Amino acid sequence: MLKVSVENLGSRTLAAIESIGFAARFFAAILLRSGTAFSRFGLTIREIYFSGVLSLIIILVSGLFVGMVLALQGYETLQTFGAEESLGILVALSLVRELGPVVAALLFASRAGSAITAEIGLMKATEQLSAMEMMAIDPIARVVAPRFWAGVVSMPLLAALFSAMGILGGYLVGVQLIGVDEGSFWSQMQAAVDFEQDIMNGVIKSFVFGIAITAIALYEGYEAPPTAEGVSGATTRTVVTSSLVVLALDFVLTAFMFRGL
Amino acid sequence: MNSENLVEVDDVAFGYGTRPILTSIKLKARRGQVVAIMGSSGCGKTTLLRLIGGQLTPSQGVIRVAGQVVADLGRAELYALRRKMGMLFQFGALFTDMSVFDNVAFQLREHTDLPEDMVRDLVLMKLHAVGLRGAAALMPAELSGGMARRVALARAIALDPMLIMYDEPFAGLDPISLGVTGQLIRKLADTLGLTSLVVTHDIQESLRIVDYVYFISNGVIEAEGTPAEIRASHLPFVHQFVHGEPDGPVPFHYPAPDYAKDLNLGAVGA
Repeated sequence: MLKVSVENLGSRTLAAIESIGFAARFFAAILLRSGTAFSRFGLTIREIYFSGVLSLIIILVSGLFVGMVLALQGYETLQTFGAEESLGILVALSLVRELGPVVAALLFASRAGSAITAEIGLMKATEQLSAMEMMAIDPIARVVAPRFWAGVVSMPLLAALFSAMGILGGYLVGVQLIGVDEGSFWSQMQAAVDFEQDIMNGVIKSFVFGIAITAIALYEGYEAPPTAEGVSGATTRTVVTSSLVVLALDFVLTAFMFRGL
Repeated sequence: MNSENLVEVDDVAFGYGTRPILTSIKLKARRGQVVAIMGSSGCGKTTLLRLIGGQLTPSQGVIRVAGQVVADLGRAELYALRRKMGMLFQFGALFTDMSVFDNVAFQLREHTDLPEDMVRDLVLMKLHAVGLRGAAALMPAELSGGMARRVALARAIALDPMLIMYDEPFAGLDPISLGVTGQLIRKLADTLGLTSLVVTHDIQESLRIVDYVYFISNGVIEAEGTPAEIRASHLPFVHQFVHGEPDGPVPFHYPAPDYAKDLNLGAVGA
């Protein structure tokens, strides 16, 4: 009994290590065969449309509502200290440092990541990737790499738009609805938000999240068993894994960027 | 190496994990010949095509295409060889996000710098050869199974390959589409000098159009010959296959424990 369970543990560990190895090689292959994604940039632009532009609606609407809720909740707390003029700082810093990159990444994972996995998985299941290989066209260079770079480019832009919409939402609720002074809302925000410390760090975060989500989505799709259950399982795994990876990476990056603050 | 032979498979073995699929396969296809590879479902026919196309590597033996050992080729050389091969997948494997026209033009655009009006002419010629010039603007989802197979055929011959491999070209087709596909395979071989490997279990259609037949069973070539020789064959396996008998050397039942024992009838049945 004990022997069997030790054996099981061993084989599972080996399988896990092996799949990490596969993923690493896959990632290296994407980077090495990215030439086409840049030399024929039209291929990448097309994928930016599918994963970036088509994600705009959900990102913009969510950003607006998150900003509005932040203003409501923030005002409640700040007014007990008589600091409601600082509402602008609270909304802007929360968004550009944390909520913008992280929430936009979670939405991106479920909107674009799942679509990428399902598409690549179905292309594999219907032998389209095999057909491409037999036509002497490398599917990693032609299909995978353009989607990867499209995700990497789209993610920081979406996160920036999320934050911008959130700040607009915060302004609408804080200034227009509740009546916080407009001048101090904007001027305190401008004085407190640092370009390098806050905005650039947020951009770096969303850039890293973009790499992680797109790489996971592509890997899951490429390795999906060519069946209906295989593709649906892979799509679910993309959303779950990339969401958890985004949250874990966020903690690590925040620890490095804002320690001692 | 006989230069007459475009494809030579010599004593090839292959297995997935510990499960052997092919144990010792020997076959050859002369230039311009249409060769059928037959066998029951799951006997490794498609695997053999993947080995010839270099998508899999044999665990033993040698495969030569146009004199080159496929398994020894580097990536660039293998891709150069594949440009001279066409493959028709079982359900066509058309790119679903492109129109019929773009599917056929795909290789021309990827591999050549031909001006767009020349690409257009070539694509229309290939589509005309399979009778689907009028369907150029349709999307793959709008095609019937037989039409999709013909578009895939036009795509496979887009770069005028020397070898074309068909994976179950007749599966799931109605009798008319089946006849049309069969005639197309023959016609393309005769007019373009294409060497053709046809993996199939449709015995009647194949015997009509091919020059030579190989039967695979249990990982080896069980029988081979011209269609006339196959029809006259008295080998039990070939006889069962040609006449579609449910039981014979290929058993009806998957290996299982004794039936009576499985139903717990051991004591009663005695």
